[in-house]
Amino acid sequence: AGPGWLSVRPSVPPAALMDALVLQERLVERLLSPRPQAPRSQPGRLKDHEKQYVGFATLPNQVHRKSVKKGFDFTLMVAGESGLGKSTLVNSLFLTDLYKDRKLLNAEERINQTVEIVKHTVDIEEKGVKLKLTIVDTPGFGDAVNNTECWKPITDYIDQQFEQYFRDESGLNRKNIQDNRVHCCLYFISPFGHGLRPVDVEFMKALHEKVNIVPLIAKADCLIPSEIRKLKERIREEIDKFGIKVYQFPECDSDEDEEFKQQDRELKESAPFAVIGSNTVVEAKGQRVRGRLYPWGIVEVENQAHCDFVKLRNMLIRTHMHDLKDVTCDVHYENYRAQCIQQMTSKLTQDNRIESPIPILPLPTPDTETEKLIKMKDEEVRPISACTSLVLELESK
Amino acid sequence: AGSVESKNEAAMSELVPEPRQKPVVPMKPMGINASLLGYIGIDTIIEQMRKKTMKTGFDFNIMVVGQSGLGKSTLVNTLFKSQVSRKSSGWNREEKIPKTVEIKAIGHVIEEGGVKMKLTVIDTPGFGDQINNENCWEPIEKYINEQYEKFLKEEVNIARKKRIPDTRVHCCLYFISPTGHSLRPLDLEFMKHLSKVVNIIPVIAKADTMTLEEKTEFKQRVRKELEVNGIEFYPQKEFDEDLEDKTENDKIRQESMPFAVVGSDKEYQVNGKRVLGRKTPWGIIEVENLSHCEFALLRDFVIRTHLQDLKEVTHNIHYETYRAKRLNDNGGLPPMTVETEENHESNL
Repeated sequence: AGPGWLSVRPSVPPAALMDALVLQERLVERLLSPRPQAPRSQPGRLKDHEKQYVGFATLPNQVHRKSVKKGFDFTLMVAGESGLGKSTLVNSLFLTDLYKDRKLLNAEERINQTVEIVKHTVDIEEKGVKLKLTIVDTPGFGDAVNNTECWKPITDYIDQQFEQYFRDESGLNRKNIQDNRVHCCLYFISPFGHGLRPVDVEFMKALHEKVNIVPLIAKADCLIPSEIRKLKERIREEIDKFGIKVYQFPECDSDEDEEFKQQDRELKESAPFAVIGSNTVVEAKGQRVRGRLYPWGIVEVENQAHCDFVKLRNMLIRTHMHDLKDVTCDVHYENYRAQCIQQMTSKLTQDNRIESPIPILPLPTPDTETEKLIKMKDEEVRPISACTSLVLELESK
Repeated sequence: AGSVESKNEAAMSELVPEPRQKPVVPMKPMGINASLLGYIGIDTIIEQMRKKTMKTGFDFNIMVVGQSGLGKSTLVNTLFKSQVSRKSSGWNREEKIPKTVEIKAIGHVIEEGGVKMKLTVIDTPGFGDQINNENCWEPIEKYINEQYEKFLKEEVNIARKKRIPDTRVHCCLYFISPTGHSLRPLDLEFMKHLSKVVNIIPVIAKADTMTLEEKTEFKQRVRKELEVNGIEFYPQKEFDEDLEDKTENDKIRQESMPFAVVGSDKEYQVNGKRVLGRKTPWGIIEVENLSHCEFALLRDFVIRTHLQDLKEVTHNIHYETYRAKRLNDNGGLPPMTVETEENHESNL
C-alpha cells in the first residue's frame, strides 16, 4: 500500500516480540485488510491465519502518519549559466511563481558581478502533506568573461550547511535541528553546445562528492529528437570520461512488478533529462495545456513526446525525493563528517590539547568578533546551535 | 531672379494688397544641358561593368564568431546554399574545443548566374568556450589587422599586381546566444573592441528557442544595450551616404537588427514545396519563412543588397583607418617591402 515514500520490508520477528504485538491485532483489523499473500522468502513463518496476524505491517502507515504531521522539508539547488530557463523550470515544477520580484541585470552590470547564493523558501501543502521547499539559486554562475573557480561560493555554501548540521547534531539540544543541507542540485547544461563545456565539467567535479547532481539539458525545445539523442549520448560519454559522479537512481527491487521496472529502466535511459519549462497556458487541440506557443506549433511541457519534464518531476517529487535526502545524509554528509573528524583528530594530536567533543572548525567568517564568541561558547560546552545559526545567517546575507 | 522682382512689386503695391506671386524655384547650377539628337548608348556602361565583373568574379570574406554550438557553420552553409563551412570541409565535428582561439579560413568558388564568387569563410573555434575567456578576441583582432597589412604591402609595392588578392574580412557575423535576458559581458567586450576594425553584424543564433514575444523583447533589449555601450554595428550610422541610404538603413538598424536566425541544411516537404527546415515533434520550422525566423532578411541583407557596400566600407573606411595609422606610426613613410616577418609583427 506504500505510495513509494518508504519501502520497508518487515522481517519475521522473534517469538517474544510477537507476544507483545498480538494486542495490536484489533487495531490492525480496523485499519487495513491483511495482505492475502505471504511475504516472499520467509522460511519458518507461521501459517497465514487472521488470528495470528501480528500487525507490524502497519509500521509504514504509522511512520507515514507521523511524518505527515511533522511535514517534510527539501532543499533544491539550481545552477547553470543565466538564461537557461532555470527559474521558469522551478516555477513549472512546483506550480508557483517564486521569482515575481526578480530584477535581471544587463550585460554591463554583470561585468563586475560575482556569484551569489540566494534562497527562496515556500511552504506547499497538498492533500494534507506539508512540504517546506527551499530553492537555492546561484545567480552569476558562469556569466563572467573570466569564470575561474566561479563554483567556489557554491561549494562553500554546501559545506557551511554540512558544518552547521554537524554542530547541531553534536550539540545538547537536538530536538529542533533544522536541516538546511542541500539535497539535490539541478545542473543546467546549455543545449547549444556539442556536449559539456569546460565550466560544466569543472563545476560538476567540484560538487559531485558534496551533493546529488542531476544534470539537465535546458531549453530542449530548440533541439530536434535526433539532436537530443546525440547530445544525451555525448554528455553521458563525457560524464564517464571525466569521472563525474552524478546522482544514480537506486536499483529496483527484484520483486517489483514489471511495469515499475519498465518505468525505472526508461528513467535511467533518459538521463540526462531534456527539459522545457513554462508557466503560461496555451490552447492546443481544444485543450488548455502548459506550453510554449511558436508560429510552427505548440510545445507541451507535460507531453512526454516533447520533453522529459514529466520524468524529471516524477523523479524529483514523486519517487526519488526521499532517496535524494537519504543519499545526502548517508553519503555526502557522512563523507563530510568523516573528513572533519579526521582533520580534528589530526589537529588534536598536533596540538596535544583536550578539546570539547563539539567540533571547532574555522568558519569562513571575516569577523573576528564573531569568531571569538563562537570559541567562548564552545568552551562552555553549551548548546551552540542558536549561536552558530545566527552567525551563518549573517554570513550568507 | 523671379523672387526679387515679385517682392519689389509687393512693396510698391502695398496700398492694394495683391496675392503674392509664388517665387520661382531657382535651378541647380548645371553645365549646358545638351539635348540629345539620338541615342548614344552611355547607359550601356552598366552592362559593360556587369560583364567585366562576371568575368573577373569577386572575393568575399566572411568571418563567424561565437561560442561553440551556436550554429555558425550550419548558418553559413544555409546562407550560401553550399557546404562551405569548416565543418563541411572534412573537419571532424566531434573535435575537442581548442584551448585558445584558432583562426581557420576555408575558401570556395561558387557560381551563380554566370557570376563567380571566391568565398572565404573564416571560423574562430575556441572563442568564448574556456572557463577564462579574457582577451580571447585578441587573436581575432590580430588576424584582421594582418589581412589589412598584407593588402597594404601589396599596395605600396613598386610593381603592383593588377588585381590585389583581397583577404580582408568584409563582414563579421557575431552570434549572440538566445538567453532571452540580455547580452553577455563577453559579447559586449568583443563588439566594443572589434566594431572599430571590421563590419560586425550581430545575429541572434538558434532563434527557434524563443516565442515571438520573447524574440521582440530580447531584440529590443539587445539593441538598447548596444546603443548604450556605443557599439556601432554594420550598417554604421556615420557611413550612410545619402538620405536614401539613411532611411533604408535606419529601418534595418532600428527594427530588424539583430536578425534572429535559424539555420538548416535539411529539406522537408511542406504544402507541396521542398523547404529548408527543422522537423520537431510539434511542427516544422521553415528557415526561409519570415513568420518563423529572420534568416531570409539576413540573407537578403548580406548577399542581395549590401554585399558590395560591405566590401566598400571595409576598403574605404576600415582599411584606410588602418593604413593611416600605419603611415603615421611609421613617420609618414610607407612600410618597406623588404621588411622581415618579425619586424612586421611588432608594428601591429
